[in-house]
Amino acid sequence: MSYDVQSIRQQFPILNQQIHGRPLVYLDNAATAQKPMAVIDAISDYYMNYNANVHRGVHTLSQRATDAMEAVREDVRVHINAAETAEIIFTRGITDSINTIAFGMGALVGKEQNIVITAVEHHSNIVPWQMLCQRTGAELRHLPMNQHGEVVLDGIEDIIDEHTALVAFNHISNALGTINPVEAILERAQKVGAWTLVDGAQSGPHAKVDVRAWDVDFFTLSSHKMYGPTGLGVLYGKREKLEALPPYQGGGEMIATVTLEESTYAGLPHKFEAGTPHIEGIIGFGAALKYINEIGIEAIAAHEKELLEYATQECSKIEGFRVIGDAKNKASVLSFIVDGTHPYDLGVLLDQQGVAVRTGQHCTQPIMDAFCIDGTARASFAMYNTKEEIDLFKAALEKAVTMLR
Amino acid sequence: MATIKERQDVLVEEFEFFDEWMDKYNHIIEMGKSLDALPEEKKNDDLLVQGCQSKVWLHAEKNGENVRFQADADAIIAKGIVAMLIDVFDNQPAKEVAAADLRFLEEIGLKDHLSPTRANGLMSMIKQMKFYALAFAG
Repeated sequence: MSYDVQSIRQQFPILNQQIHGRPLVYLDNAATAQKPMAVIDAISDYYMNYNANVHRGVHTLSQRATDAMEAVREDVRVHINAAETAEIIFTRGITDSINTIAFGMGALVGKEQNIVITAVEHHSNIVPWQMLCQRTGAELRHLPMNQHGEVVLDGIEDIIDEHTALVAFNHISNALGTINPVEAILERAQKVGAWTLVDGAQSGPHAKVDVRAWDVDFFTLSSHKMYGPTGLGVLYGKREKLEALPPYQGGGEMIATVTLEESTYAGLPHKFEAGTPHIEGIIGFGAALKYINEIGIEAIAAHEKELLEYATQECSKIEGFRVIGDAKNKASVLSFIVDGTHPYDLGVLLDQQGVAVRTGQHCTQPIMDAFCIDGTARASFAMYNTKEEIDLFKAALEKAVTMLR
Repeated sequence: MATIKERQDVLVEEFEFFDEWMDKYNHIIEMGKSLDALPEEKKNDDLLVQGCQSKVWLHAEKNGENVRFQADADAIIAKGIVAMLIDVFDNQPAKEVAAADLRFLEEIGLKDHLSPTRANGLMSMIKQMKFYALAFAG
């Protein structure tokens, strides 16, 4: 069956609007993706028909809400091929997922050890490890990148060594779109017995991940980047690793017994889910996963690859257009600057013409420093974008550049 | 010499020519392009206006009762906006700068048009200019 982008677009009501009198061209998908009717309907249905707090109630609505939420946990398990449902933790997002691990590992990491990240990380996969290293005295190291924005594996044996407690890196870079050599990094980490964490913030909507094929210890996903609601993330962890970690936050839902003196903790996954969960978000995310899988993540990725190649080819015709991050293996992100213009100015003038892009450092200041730039403009593509939109984007960009020079 | 009020009226009139925001932006960009650049050695971090998304350097000095402003920015729209402010405030009595009501921003529609973060940047520029003026007036 051919990829029917028009019928997909009809499922996203927000796309059908004018911005400053021009049709909206939404190319800020790496920041957050728009939501299909299936997700909006699932959230409305929850509030209209079975809103109740979960896990505690004996009444029917509570049971329905609990069943719906727990069904999504199982859907996520299937989606990433985890061994058991209890290994799927719902969090507030990737940042929360990573902080959960970083906090817990504070109890396990010694000052003779090190944590390894890469040079192409989002701040959310840098700062928690800096904080962990400050607390424990451990050393933070990174795998460097080359001028294409690719992680360099030369010297990996010296960087990831027998003192490495954890290797944490993103599958796909949000600022550059680089697809990292996950297997090669994991192989080295596993060889020295280090724990591993892969941040799937950007890969969630574009790539199928099998956590058991990777044999990765932790993996994280972000709902809102996968066409689901904001404020929800997934943390996958191998049972034995999650059990070894102390809980991050204390409160309701995460305990087995509580006296005024001490408490015992609940088993997985509840140990890491203090407080009332984001029930509506989880139910909406379930609908988003189902929607993605109906269209097929490979089909979506192929469509986006075509868009990325087309956009790169078309925009490169603009004088002074420079792609920032031209890795061989890229997904869905076109980060760029145009000589003689500032990204902020491009962003404003594109917006005036209905085109939404991200401008700035994309929460990746070290990457911008490495390229010796203050920031980029970034167009990022999703399942509903079209070649016609890229033509509009290119025309708007040309006009902006003419005005600015 | 034109007063702060008269200078604002001129700016408002200029912008009345344009119906489309793209044209208004074009005018702001042209103002940015024609503003004299600050020499590189003056672009130090002490002169950076806090709270702007792009880098905006603002230099002020006393000229008798008046205050002189020079500014630069790495993004041209920000530079155009600061150029408008300089157009209104440069070489005006410090006391009047400190007390001025900048209604031209509303009349042009710029204040409503900017995103909240950019509007904050604009407010920071004005605050910084008035801060200098107040210091010189006192």
